Amino acid sequence: MSGDALRLPLASNGRTSSTRARPIGIGISRLGVTLFTASLAMIFLLPLGYMILTSVKDNSQVIALNAPVWPASPRNYTAPDGQVYQLYQVPLPNGAVQELALEKPGRIKSTFIDPKTGQEVDWLGNWRGLSPVWSSIEPKFDNFAKVLDILNFPLLLRNTLIVAILGTIGAVTSAVVVAYGFARFRIPGRDGLFLVMIMTIILPFQVLLIPQYIGFRAIGWTGTWLPLIVPHFFANAYNVFLLRQYFLTLPRELDQAAQVDGASPLRILWSVIIPQAWPAIIAVSLFHFFFSWNDFFAPLVYLSGRPDLATMTVGLQAFSATYGTSGSGTLTQAGALLAMLLPVAIFFFAQRVFMRGVVISGVEK
Amino acid sequence: MVIAEDRETRYQRPPRTMSLARRETLWGLVFLSPWLVGLVVFTALPIVASLALSLTNFNILHPEELRFVGLDNYARMWSELLTNGAVGQSLGVTARFALMSVPLTIGLALALALLLNHKLLSGKPVFRTLFFMPVLIPLVASTIVWQGFLNGSTGWLAQILHAIGLPAPDWFQDPAWALPGLVFIGIWGIGNMMLIFLAGLQAVPTELYEAVKVDGGGAWARFRHVTLPMISPVLFYNILIGVIAVSQYFTQAYTLDPTGNGRPGGSTFFFNLNLYKEGWTYNNMGYASALAWVMLLIVVAAALVLFRTSARWVFYAGGDK
Repeated sequence: MSGDALRLPLASNGRTSSTRARPIGIGISRLGVTLFTASLAMIFLLPLGYMILTSVKDNSQVIALNAPVWPASPRNYTAPDGQVYQLYQVPLPNGAVQELALEKPGRIKSTFIDPKTGQEVDWLGNWRGLSPVWSSIEPKFDNFAKVLDILNFPLLLRNTLIVAILGTIGAVTSAVVVAYGFARFRIPGRDGLFLVMIMTIILPFQVLLIPQYIGFRAIGWTGTWLPLIVPHFFANAYNVFLLRQYFLTLPRELDQAAQVDGASPLRILWSVIIPQAWPAIIAVSLFHFFFSWNDFFAPLVYLSGRPDLATMTVGLQAFSATYGTSGSGTLTQAGALLAMLLPVAIFFFAQRVFMRGVVISGVEK
Repeated sequence: MVIAEDRETRYQRPPRTMSLARRETLWGLVFLSPWLVGLVVFTALPIVASLALSLTNFNILHPEELRFVGLDNYARMWSELLTNGAVGQSLGVTARFALMSVPLTIGLALALALLLNHKLLSGKPVFRTLFFMPVLIPLVASTIVWQGFLNGSTGWLAQILHAIGLPAPDWFQDPAWALPGLVFIGIWGIGNMMLIFLAGLQAVPTELYEAVKVDGGGAWARFRHVTLPMISPVLFYNILIGVIAVSQYFTQAYTLDPTGNGRPGGSTFFFNLNLYKEGWTYNNMGYASALAWVMLLIVVAAALVLFRTSARWVFYAGGDK
């Protein structure tokens, strides 16, 4: 107590002196922290910038030396006689660099035309070492047209949507029902069962996948979407956990009132619990939708040999295997952009609910 | 005496209450049934089946040749481990990646969460969304993006490094740099961990920070003695999830090398690439099951070590869990 009393005047002295400096000082550090974070975010998202710009570039620009970052095309010069020549940045003996049109390329000597005067200029040196003159921003969308066609994007989109939506319906209904069971019913051994469920999270999928694959093959389900959809109708541990946590926060009084009115448990779930739990239900739906959109191993093994049934990731991977190593990747970057468009768009619309769901399933246990 | 006892039991369990309790249990089991069925059909049976399969030479194209081989599959793995064959190599790659990627992603996710929780930062929700966003990009797509971005001649990173006069590795063509390249892709996906850390940080009571201030502690003391212990449960969770994620690592490596050999030079030959190759390229499902079981044992062992040591460093504020 006495120590506090002793310290108090000093502290208040310090405070008065700092309050004078605060508005500017705090403002500057606020700006500093925010600018630092903004530049960090820019660096973090730089690969996305690379993807977007590369996807609207021509192959030749990507492999050209000293090409601009923005999508552009080499500029041309049209001579009075209608001939078209490409413009280059030519370093002249006097040290200046001039934009000249290449008329006769040669390894030792090339002939250029000065577009301003129309006169021929001889230049000593290898023209291949010269940089072309690039236009201003000129995005080209033919990559997308090509990818839509080669990747068979509409088919992949349809397949992925069917698998993702049916799986989401199954994952959400089953998780809601099971979470309701865990949250509201006294069952002997319930806590033990819940612990078993949480432990299944650490199981590596490989250990389950091989026997599942053998089983699905035995009943003729390989080469169909069924193995990618049906297992999700049996409740996933993450989803049940999230929904149970949410249900536990809902007041029991409403359940009990409905029960007194003679409502069955199913009726209570439908008219009392679910209407209160939309944020958690939407979060779980998004989790499964994104999981399904991103899923790779299962579609790879179950849909092998059936390109007509392939989902987005499998189609994109096959496309990248064929086109990724040849050329400069303009097509694969366009493909990657198309493949991420829908999940990213959905995320921006539903980010609040989604990120809240990530937090519930990660922290509150 | 006898009558009284009878009456008492009758009072304890009147027929109506009994049927209510039983009805509640029955309804509860009805609601749990989707998961219970799934647990048996899609989890319990497969685990037992894969253990049984791992003791056979089962080849899915020649099921008629099925034979019990005892521990032969495990013996083969052991010898491949000792001679640095496929198993030794793939376990080495996976372990090296885990050692690089798990601490780095957790450290960066925590640093980012601290930054996004900073009291002087404006526009927090926007930054949170931006840093989280790459999590939503399908892994095949993000691998393709990074393959381009890290390309040794046309990629932006190489061009930036060259522009400032630094040498740039050709990440995914160079055996020494391919794994660090994959670590970049992992760092791109730290959004989940970051959000969980952020929620942990926001739950730290401000009085504790005030207390450190009163005791004259600086920023480091605040972090070391308040933040770190208070968020140790989420740190524990993130480490566990990080280890599980590495044990299931496949998509990025397979996208990088569709032949499944872990190009360049086997430097990205992850455990699951070997498993996929044995199971689905050579159809050796018996041997692949043995591989899967070994990974299961490794993960369970890692989880046990984590849980065992957690008593020493994980602090639960409520004291109840």
